[in-house]
Amino acid sequence: MNKIEKRLREVLARGEKGLIAYITAGDPDLATTVELAVAMGEAGADVLELGVPFSDPVADGPAIQAASQRALAGGVTVRGIIRAVEQIRRRSDIPLVLMTYYNPVYQYGPGRFAADAARAGANGLIVPDLPPEESGPLLEAAGDNQIDLIPLVTPNTPARRLPVITGRARGFIYCVSVTGVTGERESIMTDLAAMTDGVRSVTPLPVAVGFGISRPAQAAAVARHCDAVVVGSALVNTVAQKAGTPGLIKAVCEQVRELKEALTAREVQGVAAL
Amino acid sequence: MTMTVPDERGYFGRFGGRFVPETLMPALEELDAAYAQAKQDDRFREELQYYLAHYVGRPSPLYFARGLSEFLGGARVYLKREDLNHTGAHKINNTMGQVLLARRMGKRRIIAETGAGQHGVATATVAAMFGLECAIYMGEEDIRRQSLNVFRMRLLGAQVVPVTSGSKTLKDAMNEAMRDWVTNIATTYYLVGSVAGPHPYPVIVRDFQRVIGEEARRQIQEQAGRLPDYVIACVGGGSNAMGMFHPFLDDEEVVLIGVEAAGHGLDTPLHAATLSCGRPGVLHGSLSYLLQDDDGQVAPVHSISAGLDYPGVGPEHSHLMEAGRARYVAATDREALDAFKILCRTEGIIPALESAHALAEAVRLAPQLSRESIILVNLSGRGDKDVHTVAKEMGVSLDE
Ligand SMILES: Cc1ncc(COP(=O)(O)O)c(C=O)c1O
Repeated sequence: MNKIEKRLREVLARGEKGLIAYITAGDPDLATTVELAVAMGEAGADVLELGVPFSDPVADGPAIQAASQRALAGGVTVRGIIRAVEQIRRRSDIPLVLMTYYNPVYQYGPGRFAADAARAGANGLIVPDLPPEESGPLLEAAGDNQIDLIPLVTPNTPARRLPVITGRARGFIYCVSVTGVTGERESIMTDLAAMTDGVRSVTPLPVAVGFGISRPAQAAAVARHCDAVVVGSALVNTVAQKAGTPGLIKAVCEQVRELKEALTAREVQGVAAL
Repeated sequence: MTMTVPDERGYFGRFGGRFVPETLMPALEELDAAYAQAKQDDRFREELQYYLAHYVGRPSPLYFARGLSEFLGGARVYLKREDLNHTGAHKINNTMGQVLLARRMGKRRIIAETGAGQHGVATATVAAMFGLECAIYMGEEDIRRQSLNVFRMRLLGAQVVPVTSGSKTLKDAMNEAMRDWVTNIATTYYLVGSVAGPHPYPVIVRDFQRVIGEEARRQIQEQAGRLPDYVIACVGGGSNAMGMFHPFLDDEEVVLIGVEAAGHGLDTPLHAATLSCGRPGVLHGSLSYLLQDDDGQVAPVHSISAGLDYPGVGPEHSHLMEAGRARYVAATDREALDAFKILCRTEGIIPALESAHALAEAVRLAPQLSRESIILVNLSGRGDKDVHTVAKEMGVSLDE
């Protein structure tokens, strides 16, 4: 069992649900990303997702699009991000997942990307535009390097695709809460229980739900149906608002703390992968 | 070479595939199945045939451009007149086919991306005719330089959604259309405008554009008694070129030339010559040649013609290039403008700036050839939409 799944199981064993926190690497700059990552881990994030920005992020809404553009305008590179991962790993043992699109990986070379990311201390990869039908080369490289390739399941994924998607997965299964792109949402209409039950019927891996979750109460409500909750755009928006101010790290950590608190409450206990 | 591409995963040689978010996978499978069924259905073929004949105005003429040929002094140049189609470009061959498919699939809402606005207009047109809701994504930069087409789309009842992200051109419009599709997958049909995108779009669009080459191949044999020596078409995403080339693929003596936009020149960063200068990468759901930096970030591109201003290219073109069956060259903004003016003066035809890139290659090539040689150029569209751009280049102000 790799670091990510192990961590999530520890969290569940304590009677909590996991918080998977996302920020875009290089927004506002990589030095800040390193500080944020370390501090977010201390504030209660159980797994950290680091976005490797891509110029054409079709699965992302306005917040992460803008963050990616800011990071790229600031000159962030894949190599730079891998160095940042190394720095984070020296100071924190939080499980780290890189989230990016396939082209940056393809250009770097799937084998080299997985090897360099693993050596730096990354534990998982999420590539939203790489369905199982196309993931062969990266899956192999990830396996060779002890990196988990984490797949996505969406509300419209037919049952017949679930075994294909989850069959070679490791780490956790990422259930997308809405048919749509990332971004904060007022409410989530999807029948999450049905989706996560479907996933659990084909895999013993922990199940996380993400996309659209921003507020602690929302996180708690969603967590009743899964093992971990992913929060991205809401944190990215805070980074955008506070970038360049001394209160940036404190503000993000406060948000992380509140979210994690909501995931520790009694009400969220219940169904879990244990 | 194998002409029976793509394979069932949508690969043309090593190019193509389906690199999309999971939400789109079931929709692409559904589309694939619906198209396979429609293709076998005589009623579907007859319906398409009916609208192509009576609404689009097919077959489009093949025209021997005597004035142009004499001016160039060499090969005889024939023009395939896609500019005479309803809405003024080849784009409607594809939108007509796909809207019939969308109806079969029970979809009531159509979305599309557009660069020059020609695909947007062609989509808005068929949506209006069939009473479907229609949203067209268009980069802010393109909205500015193609204002005539924006107004046409609005007249046709479409919602034109300005795209302000990234480079504010065609690729960003396609990103935004894909985001809309991901969000409204149950109700919406995404009508892709070129032979790009995830499988099965490159096949569907190619098949609906093949009518260009099928007609032209028959017409040139009737008029000239033989096949052409060269077939030339401009390449943005590559749909007019693929539609023209495809029926000639087995005619090995026919040289196929795709012309990309060289913008300010291939030695500058301001061009959109994907096959000439790019390398394989993944954008908009398929693996194909791509203009990008070392890190795989998609490069900003430039062309005077909005329809060619695209950093990617359809996967089958990448395959034809690597297989050596087609060759790809580029024409600069200046060469396209010169060819544009030549056609106006020698033939009384105002071509689209996109098509002017194909003409530019004919202008270069014809004088080197004998009178016995035949060049077939796909005149993919008419230039009404471009007169503002050309006037500006000529230093003429058209505004009050
Ligand atoms: C007249 C015309 N020709 C060519 C193109 C380029 O597209 P494609 O390469 O798909 O034919 C366009 C696109 O807008 C166009 O309007």
